[in-house]
Amino acid sequence: MANPTLHDLQHPGSEEAHVPHHPFLQHHFEDLGQQHEASTLGMWFFVAQEILFFGGIFAAYTVYRVMYPAAWSAGAHHQNWRIGFANTIVLIASSLTMALAVWGAQGAKRKFTTLMLVLTLFLGMTFIGVKAFEYREHIHEGLFPGSAFTYVDHEHPELTRGVELFMLFYFIMTGLHALHMIIGAGLLIWFIRRSWRGDFGEEYYSPVEIMGLYWHFVDIVWIFLFPLLYLIH
Amino acid sequence: MTTTTIDDAPFIEPSATAPRNYLNDEYGVLSWLLTRDHKRIAVLYAISVTVFFMVGGIIAFMMRLELLTPEGDLFTSDTYNKLFTLHGIVMIFFFLIPAIPAVLGNFILPIMLGAKDLAFPKINLLSWYIYMIGGSFGIYVIITGGVDTGWTFYTPFSTQYSNTHVFAVTLGAFITGFSSILTGLNFLVTIHRMRAPGLTWFRLPLFVWSMYATSVVIMLATPVLAITLVLLMVERTLHVGIFDPALGGDPVLYQHMFWFYSHPAVYIMILPGMAVISECVAAFTRKKIFGYKFVAFSSLAIAFLGFLVWAHHLFVAGISIYSAMVFSFLSMIVAVPSAIKVFNWTATMYRASVSWQTPMLYVLGFIGLFTIGGVTGLFLAALGIDVHVHDSYFVVAHFHYIMVGGTIMAYLAGIHYWWPKITGRMYPEWWARLSALLVFVGFNLTFFPQFLVGYVGMPRRYHAYAPEFQVLNVLSTAGATILAAGYLLPMIYLFWSLKFGRKAGTNPWGAVGLEWATSSPPPKENFHETPVVTWEAYDYPAFLKAMRETQHG
Repeated sequence: MANPTLHDLQHPGSEEAHVPHHPFLQHHFEDLGQQHEASTLGMWFFVAQEILFFGGIFAAYTVYRVMYPAAWSAGAHHQNWRIGFANTIVLIASSLTMALAVWGAQGAKRKFTTLMLVLTLFLGMTFIGVKAFEYREHIHEGLFPGSAFTYVDHEHPELTRGVELFMLFYFIMTGLHALHMIIGAGLLIWFIRRSWRGDFGEEYYSPVEIMGLYWHFVDIVWIFLFPLLYLIH
Repeated sequence: MTTTTIDDAPFIEPSATAPRNYLNDEYGVLSWLLTRDHKRIAVLYAISVTVFFMVGGIIAFMMRLELLTPEGDLFTSDTYNKLFTLHGIVMIFFFLIPAIPAVLGNFILPIMLGAKDLAFPKINLLSWYIYMIGGSFGIYVIITGGVDTGWTFYTPFSTQYSNTHVFAVTLGAFITGFSSILTGLNFLVTIHRMRAPGLTWFRLPLFVWSMYATSVVIMLATPVLAITLVLLMVERTLHVGIFDPALGGDPVLYQHMFWFYSHPAVYIMILPGMAVISECVAAFTRKKIFGYKFVAFSSLAIAFLGFLVWAHHLFVAGISIYSAMVFSFLSMIVAVPSAIKVFNWTATMYRASVSWQTPMLYVLGFIGLFTIGGVTGLFLAALGIDVHVHDSYFVVAHFHYIMVGGTIMAYLAGIHYWWPKITGRMYPEWWARLSALLVFVGFNLTFFPQFLVGYVGMPRRYHAYAPEFQVLNVLSTAGATILAAGYLLPMIYLFWSLKFGRKAGTNPWGAVGLEWATSSPPPKENFHETPVVTWEAYDYPAFLKAMRETQHG
C-alpha cells in the first residue's frame, strides 16, 4: 500500500505505518495522526473562544431587547428579510461546498476539492457583496449610528434613540460576522492554492478539515443573527 | 526512601564538554526574534515582562511618594489619576497575566510533558508579537500623556468624559488579550495531545493541572473582555449610547461584562502561582504532595467557580439585593478549593525534612500572604462589610495580598527554582535568601497598614487624605522602599549568575519531574529521545530508579 491512511499512522503497530518525514509533518510531532488531532482540537478550542466572544454581544443585545422591545421591533422593520433569507441560503450552500471540499481532500480528489473551495469562496463573497449592498441602503436611510444617524421615526419619535441602539447592534454583530467571513476568505485563497498544488491527500488533509470547522462555525453564527436581527418583530 | 540530601544530589553531570543546548544552538538576533523554540520564546517573554514590571513598579513608587504626606503636594490630582490607572493597566495586562504562564509555563510545560515543543510553535511566537504590539500601545499612552479612567475603564466616564488616551490603551488591552488566548489554546492542546508515553492524566505534575485550569479560564473569559472593549471603543468613537444612561444605555451592563472577564482574570493570575507552589513544595519537602487529586481538582473547581462570582464587584452599583446575596454566597464558596490547596501544601510539609532554599522561602511567604489575602476576600464577599469598606484601602490591601503576596511571590519562587534549568547556572543562595526576606518584610510593611487605614475609612484613588491617616501611610511608603530593594536585588544577582554562577547540573535540587531528567540548559528539542514515564507524580524512589537505569542503560 503506497499511501497509508490516517488510521495506519495512528496505529504504528501495522507495518505500513513507517512513512519517514512526510513533507508536512512538523518536527515536534511524533506522527501525522498526532499532528492531525492537535490541529483539530486547536480549532475546536478556538471555536469555543469565539462562542464566548459572540456570546458577550448576544448577551448585551438581549439586555437591550428586554429593555426596549418596541424600538427593537421598529428596528427590525428596517431590515429586508427577503434579502436576508436569500443570503442565508447562499451561506448554507457555501457550507455544503465546504463540507464537500473536506470530503474531496480526504479522498485525494485534487480537482474536485479545488473546485469546491473556489465555489465556497465565491458563495462567501456573494454573501459579503449582498451585505455591503444592505449596508449601503441603511446608510442611505440615515440609519448608521452616531453623527450620521439622521433617521427620525415619525410615528413614534420617542423610539428614535432605541432604533439607533438597535442599528448599532446590527452593524456591530453583522460587521464582526462579516469580518470573520473575510478572514475565512483569505484562508480559502491560501488553501485553494495549496489544494491545486496537490498538498492534500488521504494522509494529510487537516488544514481543509479545520478550515471547514471554522467556516461552519461562522455560518452558524449567521443562523442566529438572521432571526434576531431580521425576523423577530 | 533513601537519605539523599539536596547537597549530594545524585545526577551531577559528569562530562566537562559543553553540549549543544537551546541557548548555543544558534546565534544572532534573528535566531531569537524568529525562533519557534518555546524555551527561547519564554526568555523573550521574561525580558519583556520584567521591563513592564519595572515600569509599573516605578509608577507605584511615585504614588507611594505622593502619599507620604496628607497634602497633594507632589502631583496634581489629574496626574495621580493617571498614575494609578497606568500602574493597574501595566501590572495586570502586561505583567501579572502573562508572567507565570508565558514565562515559566512556556519554558517548563512542554518539558514536563516530555514534548519537543508546544503544539503550535508558530502561534506561540505570534502570541509574543501580539503581546509586544499591545504593550507598545501601553508605552505609547504613557509617553503621550496617560489615561485617567482607572484600569477598569468604567463607563460613562471612559466613553463620554475622559479626554485622555482611552481608545489607544483599550485597543492595547484588546490586542494583548489575543496573545493570552493563543497561549491558553496552545497549552490546552499541548496538554491533551503531546504527553509522553506513560504520562497519564494523574501522573501529571500539579503544575500542569493548574496551568490547564488557567488556560480554560483564559480561553473562555478573555473573549468577553475583547467584545466589551470593542463596544467601549465603538461608543467612544461614534458617541452612541451603549453604556451611557443619557442616551439610553446601561452603565451597570458594562460593569457586568467587564467583571465577567476581570474577576476570572484574578484566577488567571493566581492559579499559575499555585502551580509553581505545588512544584516547589514537592521538591523541597522531597515528598509526594498530600492529596494529589484534591489539589488537581481544586484547580478546576477554582476555574469553574471563578466564573460565577463576578457581581461581587457590583454590590454598591445598584444590583438587586437578591442577586447580591447569591453572588455573596458563591464568592465565599471559592474559598473552599483555595483552602484545600493551602491545607494540602501545609500537610505535605508536616514532618517533612524541609530544605530552606530560596524558592521554599518564597513558598512560605506565598502560603501566609495568600491566606491573609484569601481570608480578607471572605470579609469582602460578605455583603455588609463590603458596603462598609468598598473602594477603601482595605480592598487595595486585599487584592495586593493576592496579586503581589501571591502571584509575584510565586513567580519569584518559580524563577529561582527553575533558574538552574533555564540558564544552567545556580543563583547565589545567600543573596537570594536576603532578597526573599526583604520582599517579605517590605511587602507586609507596605500593605498591612493599608488594611488598617482602609478599615477606618481612607478611600482609594485620592492623592490627598485626612491627616490622621499619615502614620500608616508613612509606614506603607517605608515598606515600599524595602520592597523595591527586594525586587532590584534579584535583577542584579540573577544577571550576575549568568556568567559567574556555579554550574547547575541536570538536577540540582534532586527533584522529581521530566524537566529534571534533561540537561541544564535543555537541548533544543528538550530530550535526546522521547522519555517514557513509569513513575507516579512526585514518586521519588521510582523516579530516581528510572533515572539511574537511563544513565547506565
